Amino acid sequence: MIARLLARIVAFAVAARMAMRRRDSDLAGGEAPGAKAEVSGAASEASGAEAGSGPADAEDPRRREVPANPRAETLVAGLLLAAALLAVAFIAVFVVTGLDTQLLGAALGGSLALIAAAAIVAGKSVVVQETAIEERGTLLEPEAPARIVDALSEAGEGVSRRGLITCAACVAGAAVTTAAVAPIASIGPRLTAIHKTPWHRGVRFTDIDGRLYRAEDITVGSLFTALPEGADPELIGSPLIVLRLPEAMLHLPSSRRGWAPHGILAFSKICPHAACAVSLYRYPEFPSGGNDQPALTCPCHYSTFLPAEGGKLLFGPAGRPLPQLPVLIDPNGYLRAAGGFDEDVGPSWLDVRRPSQT
Amino acid sequence: MSVRDLNPRRQAERVVRWNEERIGAYQGIRGAMRYVFPDHWSFLVGEIALYSFIVLIITGVYLALFYVPSTQQSVYHGSYVLLQGEQMSGAYRSVLDLSLDVPAGLLVRQTHHWAADVFLAAIVLHMMRVFFTGAYRKPRDLNWYIGLTMLGLAIIEGFLGYSLVDDLLSGMGLAIAYSTAMSVPFIGGQFANLVWDGPFPGSSRLFARFEIIHVFIIPAILTLLITVHLAMIVRQHHSQFPGPGRREQNVVGTPMWPAYALRSLGLLFAVAAVLVLLGGLIQINPIWQWGPYHTYLSENGAQPDWYIGWLIGALRLMPNWEVHIGGATIIPSPFWGGVLFPTVVFGVLYAWPWLERRITGDRAIHHLDERPRDRPIRTAIGTGFLSWVVLIFIIGASDRLFFRLDIPYTSQIRFWRIGVWIVPLLIGGVTLMVCRHLQRTDTHPLRGWEGTIVEAPETIDGAWSGQHVPSRVDAATPGRGRSEEDPPPGPADERGRTP
Repeated sequence: MIARLLARIVAFAVAARMAMRRRDSDLAGGEAPGAKAEVSGAASEASGAEAGSGPADAEDPRRREVPANPRAETLVAGLLLAAALLAVAFIAVFVVTGLDTQLLGAALGGSLALIAAAAIVAGKSVVVQETAIEERGTLLEPEAPARIVDALSEAGEGVSRRGLITCAACVAGAAVTTAAVAPIASIGPRLTAIHKTPWHRGVRFTDIDGRLYRAEDITVGSLFTALPEGADPELIGSPLIVLRLPEAMLHLPSSRRGWAPHGILAFSKICPHAACAVSLYRYPEFPSGGNDQPALTCPCHYSTFLPAEGGKLLFGPAGRPLPQLPVLIDPNGYLRAAGGFDEDVGPSWLDVRRPSQT
Repeated sequence: MSVRDLNPRRQAERVVRWNEERIGAYQGIRGAMRYVFPDHWSFLVGEIALYSFIVLIITGVYLALFYVPSTQQSVYHGSYVLLQGEQMSGAYRSVLDLSLDVPAGLLVRQTHHWAADVFLAAIVLHMMRVFFTGAYRKPRDLNWYIGLTMLGLAIIEGFLGYSLVDDLLSGMGLAIAYSTAMSVPFIGGQFANLVWDGPFPGSSRLFARFEIIHVFIIPAILTLLITVHLAMIVRQHHSQFPGPGRREQNVVGTPMWPAYALRSLGLLFAVAAVLVLLGGLIQINPIWQWGPYHTYLSENGAQPDWYIGWLIGALRLMPNWEVHIGGATIIPSPFWGGVLFPTVVFGVLYAWPWLERRITGDRAIHHLDERPRDRPIRTAIGTGFLSWVVLIFIIGASDRLFFRLDIPYTSQIRFWRIGVWIVPLLIGGVTLMVCRHLQRTDTHPLRGWEGTIVEAPETIDGAWSGQHVPSRVDAATPGRGRSEEDPPPGPADERGRTP
């Protein structure tokens, strides 16, 4: 209903504006001979002097017209009243169903649009239309720099130990500034926790709802997210990717023999490029002709890692492989860490501990 | 008691007198009312940025009354059924409630988000206008630097704004920002852990820190810089395109009072109207669909707000190059795309006015703008540079192109690692040729053929022929004396040469 009302108002405004334009051009038609003469005069000048020099500047662009346009004035008043109406409609919608975002937006936006239309019509067809010339004035007065410097240096008149005072002021300024910013040291940086993760030998794997993982939960072809039992799941060192590969597929480095019992592999879930969670897993069910190894991909910048080769990078911008965590299956069948990470997880910086392999 | 004088004119005078006795603003007011604005549509883009900023402040104050900068996790039992029982931070919870349960809350939040996107777009378009018309030359070089600084601040401001929500997308963005901060050579680890108050995802103070920067520190700096930017424009007056009667020393156009003030007020309301309509009718960032962020979650096909896209593109494009010395990682791989690339882009833009002065030796004061075609080399460098950044921006969406068009992701990246250096050169070269051609023929690509039809006696049978005639009257009285059929004024409208 409001949409129909809006459409009608817009249609009215457009029609009125067209009518006004027509009237304007009719009026202009009366003065047309003079104006046309000016145009053709300019034209012949321009074609004569192709470089566009001189004569253009001689033209005086100043104009002043009083529109005296009662229809435009009525239109402006109408638009403003319609805007008020829509504003009231907005309040009504807000009171009745405050959660109808579309209706609220249409009413308030429509009201603002009508005010905009009123202001623009008023600015173009109601008030005096004037093209004026304003001189810029000069920014640089030729003698100003010398005078300003003179005026400033007059302060030093009769002062004999200028150097001493300047030095003292510099010392005081430096000391006070340092004192003022010293409390900033309290905000950090706190680097104590940067190498720590909750993982160490014996920590059990849970899913995101806290249920413990058993070895048989991890099936071939799927990706599981694991968290350390009893630790803060939001830490960058917490989340793991757990997956199972047929043991014949594994090409782990020799130092990592025994890290993947029954083909169950665990990696940090945090991409070593830009700390997004690596959550895409490709496990080809049939040969595709190309590279059909199982691969883990980070959806942020598509760093792609090979779990079968200990998280080695296949493609993308990551500067380190995906950190691997050794897995242990305890006598009850629960998954546990066989040790901590022997490298840092998360993004790189100056002191990042890189894996011993590279 | 004296009888009250009800003559409106004398009452108005009394009000003005009251004011003048205390402030004495007559000279200033008269100057302001007669201040002349050159009429050209492209000059309005900067105003759109200003008015978007006003909308941002108004809507932002409202949002700040509802936002809770808390990282404290709790279980949701609110009105949105699909998130029942989910762990989420207090920050995300507050924005969720604002969006779904507070009357008009979603309207204001979406209007704020749209306004940020339009604000940044208007700044970039305004900068393009200033660049391609040479309006940054002395004495406006200072304002170019201020504008560029505001662009940088606005990007950080926008990023912080959508990071505060702590939905899945904003958390992924913060993870990337943290890693990029970490990648600054030598000091990155200290810097990132200073800002985040410890390793990612940071301490419980994180959102309180980001909020004070987002709602106070950067807006205050932006307000100050906008004030200086505008004060400088008033002091120097607007630049203008050449035209009849327009000289270096004057400004030709519409005086502030009354016509320009009304039109600009109209633009303010038009900008506000468009933003509110967008906020009401076109969904943006439906955070209840993304869900809360947790370190262990991410989503495929995620895209940032548009003004961050160029950085994502650069991060995606760069190979995994790193610089190691011994066991130390001097330059981690996110540095190239996340730190070096924006530094180069902003560095070139900051250096440009100085660079151009060095190359051309032109140290004069300029108040008349130039048509892009009249400075073919500058225009070519501009389009080449712009297309370089835009290409990298598009590559930021390479995963979307992969899903939509099925072009393999890796092939796209490998192609553009080389193409991103060649295509901008081609675009720059084509621009150079187009500019030179336009200069020679003086045609108007945006307007098609234009001119007056004159009867040429030398053609047979009194046939009509088109003769190209400069539209002087258009240039002299923009917006007036123009009939419905006339083409809209464009940058190619002004055809006088710079003296």
